[in-house]
Amino acid sequence: MSDDGTNKGRRNFLIGATSVVGTAGVAGVAVPFLGSWNPSAKALAAGAAIKVDVSKMKPGEILGPIPAWRDKPVFVVRRTQEQLDMLSEDIGRLADPDSLEEQQPEYAQNETRSIKPEFLVLLGICTHLSCSPKFHPEVVATTFDSTWTGGFYCPCHGSKFDLAGRVFSGVPAPTNLEVPPHYFESDAVLVIGEDEGVA
Amino acid sequence: MASIEQSFKEIMEWVDDRLPVTETYEKHMSKYWAPKNFNIWYIFGVLAFVVLVNQLLTGIWLTMSYVPTGEGAFASVEYIMRDVEYGWMLRYMHSTGASAFFVVVYLHMFRGLLYGSYQKPRELIWVFGMLIYLALMAEGFFGYLLPWGNMSYWGAQVIVSLAGAIPVVGDDLMVWVRGDFNMSGVTLNRFFALHVVLVPIVLLVLVVLHILALHEVGSNNPDGVDIKKHLDENGRPLDGIQFHPYYTIGHDLPAIVLFLFIFCAVMFFYPDGGGYFIEHPNYEPADPLKTPELIAPVWYYTPFYSMLRAATFPLLGMTAKFWGLVVMAGAIAILFVVPWLDRSPVKSMRYKGWGSKISLTLFIISFFILGYLGTVHPTPGRTLLAQICTAIYFGFFLLMPWYTSVEKTKPVPDRVTIK
Repeated sequence: MSDDGTNKGRRNFLIGATSVVGTAGVAGVAVPFLGSWNPSAKALAAGAAIKVDVSKMKPGEILGPIPAWRDKPVFVVRRTQEQLDMLSEDIGRLADPDSLEEQQPEYAQNETRSIKPEFLVLLGICTHLSCSPKFHPEVVATTFDSTWTGGFYCPCHGSKFDLAGRVFSGVPAPTNLEVPPHYFESDAVLVIGEDEGVA
Repeated sequence: MASIEQSFKEIMEWVDDRLPVTETYEKHMSKYWAPKNFNIWYIFGVLAFVVLVNQLLTGIWLTMSYVPTGEGAFASVEYIMRDVEYGWMLRYMHSTGASAFFVVVYLHMFRGLLYGSYQKPRELIWVFGMLIYLALMAEGFFGYLLPWGNMSYWGAQVIVSLAGAIPVVGDDLMVWVRGDFNMSGVTLNRFFALHVVLVPIVLLVLVVLHILALHEVGSNNPDGVDIKKHLDENGRPLDGIQFHPYYTIGHDLPAIVLFLFIFCAVMFFYPDGGGYFIEHPNYEPADPLKTPELIAPVWYYTPFYSMLRAATFPLLGMTAKFWGLVVMAGAIAILFVVPWLDRSPVKSMRYKGWGSKISLTLFIISFFILGYLGTVHPTPGRTLLAQICTAIYFGFFLLMPWYTSVEKTKPVPDRVTIK
């Protein structure tokens, strides 16, 4: 206690205690403000899984980009046998040929990054800055690659991906294109947005 | 007449007893002693204030006709442009004002670098100024999404995706900021709230703090001489004149008139600024499935966008994308600490040595080159140039403690000089 009758220890304790309680209150009241920024129930419902009929797709054909799952463009590609064979060639130019980064569900962590080899399902969103890559299946020398063997090319910043959505080395995009959760309800019906057995 | 003056005096006395109106007016206007050697570089603060008023007024009027939803936004801007009386003019005043804001603020900041206006005891003025700059960048970013054109959409998409480069929390953070799994009307709606309410309030508070801090220590001048060292018998600086009326009427008003001439010329004849103020893809509605051929931010962000793209290689186990974010954030953050990087004994570039002069020149050239590169497609050659300019940009700041302390400075005069 100091000379003028002030109990400094008690005063400091009260200031400390008030600050702690006040901070806890501010933190508590911040929850609704921050929480309201999360996707609303409506946005979540709009993000539910969708079904796609793939029975009429011919080999080499792409469905999309369609506004599909969660308003994101989805690519569904039915690859030809030649295209599938090409996936194992020249993998030296890929940054992550074995899909070690978790950009796909476990059942798509294989060389074709798919459940059925011919059906590739991808989010058409560049992993660099979310532009929409363009589908270039042709095997020709292009302005962006003289040894192009088909895949996806992002016009924004020049990222390149092969026909399994695997990213090339030395481009801005850091990871392979994302494979969304999906499964085949039947041979014809592809469900995108859900793993099998969830719903 | 005498009785009117008398009653006015009585009213003011009554008010002054309850609210310090006269005292405040004198402190900030009629008895604020400003150095008498201000030159043309000292008009941009006032011009920034003029533009701020323009943005607030036109902005409030635009909200009266604008619809902040994904379905209605683009159409409501067309409605403003075609159907609302003078709507086109209010919108062009606002869009031209946005670019004009950055023009005058960049020149204002350059003035600070030129005359050492950030040096002791004006560090806080500079820091508040930088916070204003940061708030302005946020304001411009949120505002650019509102027309919901295709460049609005994809520009915001790219910038929000930057958050995705933050390790661990990045992806969740992106969803949180957008309020949806992709950019949508939800995002637009919240950006609208931030653009018209939150950021303007922050901006106004910061402007008040900026000016209060300035009026506490007094204005710097092109000589960097402290005018408070020489006072007359009444305690007034010998080299100072009253801000009002000498600077308000004699200096600022002509500058404002000239500025408004230029402003109106742009607004009436080149409202899209050749595609730099309002970009051409923005005349198409937002389309989540169609990326514009070239995504470029509005011109005032392009130097930083170039630096973001200049990071093209992974380092220390982190991706190039992450380093791009770090470089861009660092480029802005480093501006805040300039007052503590400058070790020069003199303030003004007039008396600094060659090291400072060459550094500032290189810095400005790099900044312009980076600004240009941000508006065009990257090629390997351009990326290399951007990397060199990024190095110069950071070199200017990081080497500042060295070149400002070793260089030979000229003697500073005792009193201000007028050329």
